[in-house]
Amino acid sequence: MAKIIMGIESSCDETGVGLVAAHDDGTVELLADEVASSVEQHARFGGVVPEIASRAHLEAMVPTTRRAFDTAGLSMSDVDAVAVTAGPGLAGALLVGVSAAKAYAAALDVPLYGVNHLAGHIAVDTLQHGPLPTPCLALLVSGGHTQLLRVDDIAGAITELGSTVDDAAGEAYDKVARLLDLPYPGGPPIDKAARDGDPEAIAFPRGMTGPRDAPFDFSFSGVKTAVARWVESAQARGEQVPVADVAASFQEAVADVLTAKAVRAATEAGIGTLVVSGGVAANSRLSALARERCADAGIELRIPRPRLCTDNGAMIAALGAHVAAAGHKPSALDLSANPGLPVDTVLV
Amino acid sequence: MLILALDTATPAVTAGIVRLSGPAGTDSAGVDTAGTDTAAAADAAEPVVEQVAARVTVDPRAHGELLTPHVLEAVAEAGITLADLGAVVVGVGPGPYTGLRAGLVTGAALAHSLGVPAYPVCTLDAIAADSGGVALVVTDARRREVYWATYDAAGARTDGPHVGPRAEVPEPAGRLADHEQPSPVGIVRAVASNVLAGREPGPLTPLYLRRPHAAEPAARKRVTA
Ligand SMILES: [Zn+2]
Repeated sequence: MAKIIMGIESSCDETGVGLVAAHDDGTVELLADEVASSVEQHARFGGVVPEIASRAHLEAMVPTTRRAFDTAGLSMSDVDAVAVTAGPGLAGALLVGVSAAKAYAAALDVPLYGVNHLAGHIAVDTLQHGPLPTPCLALLVSGGHTQLLRVDDIAGAITELGSTVDDAAGEAYDKVARLLDLPYPGGPPIDKAARDGDPEAIAFPRGMTGPRDAPFDFSFSGVKTAVARWVESAQARGEQVPVADVAASFQEAVADVLTAKAVRAATEAGIGTLVVSGGVAANSRLSALARERCADAGIELRIPRPRLCTDNGAMIAALGAHVAAAGHKPSALDLSANPGLPVDTVLV
Repeated sequence: MLILALDTATPAVTAGIVRLSGPAGTDSAGVDTAGTDTAAAADAAEPVVEQVAARVTVDPRAHGELLTPHVLEAVAEAGITLADLGAVVVGVGPGPYTGLRAGLVTGAALAHSLGVPAYPVCTLDAIAADSGGVALVVTDARRREVYWATYDAAGARTDGPHVGPRAEVPEPAGRLADHEQPSPVGIVRAVASNVLAGREPGPLTPLYLRRPHAAEPAARKRVTA
């Protein structure tokens, strides 16, 4: 009998509720994936405002849950376990999801699993591409995180090989978009503008790629500043800023570093599978370059479809399914959200 | 009817099981057995509100951790199950803690999964309803401010809820409830006639009374001199 797992996500600006079926053969099937986003309320602030996000989560939580059950054609009594993002994320935002998950688990008298958001971004790939070969390597890129992770067991053994020392890749996109007068969030409009540009027009710096730099860490504040400098000098000379070329060249610099480091890490560790996930994984240049370089290196590349890459409840349900299947002990009902939850803690 | 009372708008984490029955002449569901209008009958006389079990911890940083465990402990002490509940009543503030949302979403999710109504109650009304009568209720709003409201002899709110400096709060005319927390009985009593009459509950919307703290970005600073 398949087990139905409900997943709740509220770590940033998306309220997500997902439902999956965990089958006996280890496959996990997506049944519902409902998301309510407060992204438009944050746009004029140029970034996520925690109090606005928390207020939106509270309003959206029960309606989003209702929609998920309607979509799946299930009733609440069908649920066998509840999984929820326990961290990392915004404290007030996480609190809403964790409180809701506890109430649902208590009312339905089923186990609760407080799980790691970052591991969820990896686990979500099993909904589309089946069980993960282990070990595998995961590159997580979004507005909130940029990490290279080694996954020996999605339900419990994840090690960080490297992460950003300053901005997340998605943050750099937001800031460069602002420089170019493109809307927030910056990823999609830069990707679109870059299509008509020359990626080699401007040689923007590749951060953390010197011989003495940590091989698998990232830095995106340098490239962001370089773009600002370049744009300002063009303006000072009275020239019109070639938005398409700047966008394409910036995007090339980011995709180059991300894929080069990921492929190098996989090759050095003898790992044959790379999963690229997180909101920035939808970027066309990043996925094209990853495909090219993985093919050259003989690495299998897995990128979940864009809808699964961004924050959602299905990824938490999927991770909950793997954690439950592994037989791990459920979380206590006095579980607290942990905004700084380390990536190697899959289950709280 | 057995009711779950929740409040997280003050430093206290409050969960209680309360038995609510209509005034004499009505049955336990508040339905008028004397043949007159139900809602009017329920409003006219005092409903009977009794505490069955309660769990309260004063710790403003533990709302998220403790609320659901408190609910389950209170339910166990009452010797019932969650399925025996006929309604949930939740304090919607005003309250300055992020934990206020823990109470609201817990109440909403419990009510949703149990298929029972969730009634909002202004937390200051619940404190006033504890003893009734003319009252000034004042609670902590942090940032050197307080929330306050005033009540008449019938227990109806006459002013507020407001947020502001203590100096703006009027002199108390009757009882002063200063930095108190609502009891489960007060939480239910403040909305008892609505619950007994089976009125459609309003939305569980928090009384924030303040706008979110957020500033639009200023003009971007140049990186070149
Ligand atoms: Zn994420």
